[in-house]
Amino acid sequence: MKRMITYRQALNEAIITEMSRDSSVFIYGIDVADHKRIFGSGNGILEEFGKDRCFSTPLSECAMTSFGLGAALSGLRPIHVHMRVDFMILAMNELTNMIASFSYGSCGQLKVPMVIRAVIGRGWGQSWQHSKTLHSWFAHIPGLKVVMPSRPSDAKGMLISAIRNNNPVVFIEHRWLYDVIGEVPEENNPEALTGCRVLRQGSDISVLAVSWMNVEALQAAEVLEKHGIKLEIIDARSISPFDDVTVLESVKKTGHLIIADYDWIHCGFGAEVATRIYEKSMNSLKSPITRIGFAEAHCPCSRPLENAFYPSAVDIIRSVEKKLKLSRIDLSGEDFYSYEKKFKGPF
Amino acid sequence: MKQPNINIALYKTMYMIRRTEEVIQSHYLEDEMKTPMHMSMGEEAIASGVCHALKAEDQILGSYRSHGIYIAKTQETDKFFAEMYGKVTGTSKGKAGSMHLLAPGSGLVCTSAIVGSSIPVALGFAFANKYSNNNKIAAVFFGDGAIDEGVFWESLNFACLKKLQVLFVCEDNGFAVHSHTSDRHGYDSIADIVSKFDCNVFKSNSSDAEVIYNITKDAIKAIQDNERPAFLYLRYYRYLEHVGVFEDFKAGYRLRDEFEKWLKVDPVRIQREKLLKLIKEGDLVSLEREVDQKVESSRLKAKQADFPCVDIAFEDTYI
Repeated sequence: MKRMITYRQALNEAIITEMSRDSSVFIYGIDVADHKRIFGSGNGILEEFGKDRCFSTPLSECAMTSFGLGAALSGLRPIHVHMRVDFMILAMNELTNMIASFSYGSCGQLKVPMVIRAVIGRGWGQSWQHSKTLHSWFAHIPGLKVVMPSRPSDAKGMLISAIRNNNPVVFIEHRWLYDVIGEVPEENNPEALTGCRVLRQGSDISVLAVSWMNVEALQAAEVLEKHGIKLEIIDARSISPFDDVTVLESVKKTGHLIIADYDWIHCGFGAEVATRIYEKSMNSLKSPITRIGFAEAHCPCSRPLENAFYPSAVDIIRSVEKKLKLSRIDLSGEDFYSYEKKFKGPF
Repeated sequence: MKQPNINIALYKTMYMIRRTEEVIQSHYLEDEMKTPMHMSMGEEAIASGVCHALKAEDQILGSYRSHGIYIAKTQETDKFFAEMYGKVTGTSKGKAGSMHLLAPGSGLVCTSAIVGSSIPVALGFAFANKYSNNNKIAAVFFGDGAIDEGVFWESLNFACLKKLQVLFVCEDNGFAVHSHTSDRHGYDSIADIVSKFDCNVFKSNSSDAEVIYNITKDAIKAIQDNERPAFLYLRYYRYLEHVGVFEDFKAGYRLRDEFEKWLKVDPVRIQREKLLKLIKEGDLVSLEREVDQKVESSRLKAKQADFPCVDIAFEDTYI
């Protein structure tokens, strides 16, 4: 029988597993040990491991980030948690000038086995300071690993690997994914921190999706299948280092690529991937690569405006129509945004 | 003279720092040491006094002005000069230069050229020390410019909150780059403010290494007695320009008169005078010649060493 658990539980299992296995692992951050426990992903940790290994901190993102650096340099394995990625901007100096460069600058004498978990917010009128993703910022910096699992099994396996890894890993979790249910092995198997994952095979168009956009892309694929179009959905999973082999193979098969990023398009991850595909496999493309992402604006609060800001399954479907020169598909009977309907806030 | 051996050690370290920087001054214009020199000259008593009061296994962290603490903690100059010359035999194979000196084996675990940014790193070391109950202290050196940074206050708060064994060493030379304290601070005394935290506070205007050694010992004892961090507020005068190997009194932002006042209590000279009452001048001179030879030998070895092969530029971004 398949073992089905949520993304939230998968994260929780990974943390508890690693903290049980290795006493050098500890977890901290703003409100990590409060009654909400980072949207439930931290349930039971304080009770099991005590307040020396699981604690809330002052609202001091800069100091707390480099506090983790010092602990990691000493041989501990800190997991620093931010309830919103946006808060990490306060610690960009620590992340880019300090954490990312220690292994390099010390010629490997010092290492930084640190995980920085950050949650992407959306819905319930988050507006523009609780909804960013920033993976392209982090991925731009050599020395940081950046991962964004979309499935519960990857959430567990990649978090286990991130904790065991001797490099700093930025681990980005979309808030809506916390309720996604998937098959997750009971065993504590580490998953690779690099390489994409094909979530659905198809022959007509390749879609490389980031984080939540995998949910949207899978929905788009189901709708399009009814119209005889087969999408191949590839979960980017690892933003940096990014292994493009899976995308290249897929594009050779389909000849079309849509990059469904969950970020602003300009100077974004999609631009990097598109350039690599043009450089390495220009001749296999039957159409120019399409990039989908946030509107070139800040995230607005009001629901109709917010919906216009975010990319969706509908955007993917309309892009497919354009690429394959199809007539406009009637979507009036389709039910989109199912996870949002489950989501009740208040965050 | 109650502590003859420590006074000799304090002097030897200060003399080594001073001699090393004089050698840098003599050779910098040859343009082979291509790294921005933020010189420690004038600060020797703090580097020597604090580092000698620490245990060998204690950790220290510093800023981009770390020649003094590097030499005080490591007592070595071979890798130091090799790093200045950008050679493969340097502390970081030539990758780091003057502003990012490291000697993890000797306890110098972090230096940084972003003002204030080493301070929170010390918290992590202190936390790990507490976690493993190893009784080590993490001492972090920073200038008065660093206390303008928000991260200093965040770090002070956290160290007090978590009762971490951190020794904050504030080295006030009156200037952040070229801006005087009076142009930057909306308060008179940082030590008074810090004393409102759950923190031990010590201060001294002395350039006497023995005084600083003793006050550091007191600070360490206080840390261990009451499980609070300690804030050591120390004054000194930066003899040379903010960055570079020359004087800069003609620039007009500070007066030579101030320098002359501090020069009367030059830390290296006053310690030498103290020692002359204790040991024979001949012994002192032979100690100095030994250091001179060590420093010159390090410089020559560094000059003659190989540059790193270019592949090293691409190594160790990830482990």
